[in-house]
Amino acid sequence: MKALALACLMFPLASLAADLEATLTIKDHQFTPSELKVPAGKKIKLLVSNLDSTPEEFESHELNREKLVAGNGKVTIYVGPLAPGKYPFYGEFHDKTARGVIVAE
Amino acid sequence: MFGSAIIVFRESLEAALLIGIIAAATRGLAGRNLWLAIGIGAGLGGALVVAGLTETIADMAEGAGQELFNAAILGIAVLMLGWHNIWMATHGREMAAQAKSMGHAVKSGQREMSALAILIALAVLREGSETALFLYGLAAGDGSSRVSMLSGGLLGLAAGIGAGWVLYSGLARIPLRHFFTVTSALILFLAAGMAGQMARLLIQGDLIRPLASPLWDSSSLLPMDSFLGNLLHIFAGYEARPSGMQVLFYTLTFLVILFGMRWSRPRIPQAT
Repeated sequence: MKALALACLMFPLASLAADLEATLTIKDHQFTPSELKVPAGKKIKLLVSNLDSTPEEFESHELNREKLVAGNGKVTIYVGPLAPGKYPFYGEFHDKTARGVIVAE
Repeated sequence: MFGSAIIVFRESLEAALLIGIIAAATRGLAGRNLWLAIGIGAGLGGALVVAGLTETIADMAEGAGQELFNAAILGIAVLMLGWHNIWMATHGREMAAQAKSMGHAVKSGQREMSALAILIALAVLREGSETALFLYGLAAGDGSSRVSMLSGGLLGLAAGIGAGWVLYSGLARIPLRHFFTVTSALILFLAAGMAGQMARLLIQGDLIRPLASPLWDSSSLLPMDSFLGNLLHIFAGYEARPSGMQVLFYTLTFLVILFGMRWSRPRIPQAT
């Protein structure tokens, strides 16, 4: 019954895509760009591509997001709509070097 | 070494604590240890397969494969935890009172245990695949620090298992009278938290809308990366910046399981 209720919740709300895209690249356990500017109040389709051969985990408490990126892999992460402000993110597997921030303005 | 220990500890902690709670909550069920071992073993095997398939899974469903996969695992876990709690509301008291109808309890207990073994397998699979990937990355990486990083990983895994064991022995000390109340409450919060995580994943994959995002921000009061925030996140699904949809999933799951437990509780007071 709960599954049914959840399914009912999901269908009318399935969202329509007309997304702004932004790209982050991981190389040598570092994000490029390390500061990514995006418009506030819009949903962003964030493409993260990992040029390293080792896996990474994109993580941000501020964005409430967490996703594995396989070595030489690519993933899509939807974020926002964001209020204006700074949203730091990091790669959990190499959190000393893999750091960056999304600036919504 | 310390860094990799912490990462593996964090990844293994959730599964270890869940196993600790389930092991405690099924105290006295016949064949429990065997079922637990089957669950953990199947989960570890599955974790390696999933880790190997990470990219394939990620590319499925137009890039939302990872989210769908994990959300499905969480959904199944929520159903099983909910069912366990409702089952316990019916049988827990008679088990606690060492009821005469042991034959019946043992038989339905086997079905219960096999379901819980699946639950444990899924939890180990989910957390374990991330740990396996991380450790694989360390092993594949070059550099002389590899051995120390790997031993750090093993240390973290041992600490995670240790935490699960501490929780289990702590729960086992609770007097039988309050025991099922405590474990049921823990499982109720755990299930609601998992439902909230499920919503977060579906939003991240753009499969459902976040509604208000965030609904509140308590990150200055109780940040997610603080010890208490982390603990509450694991046990009760605490989020510093949840979206409205996460809170909705959480609350609905909590209420449905709670009412299920109330309704299935035996009406006739049992002789003690």
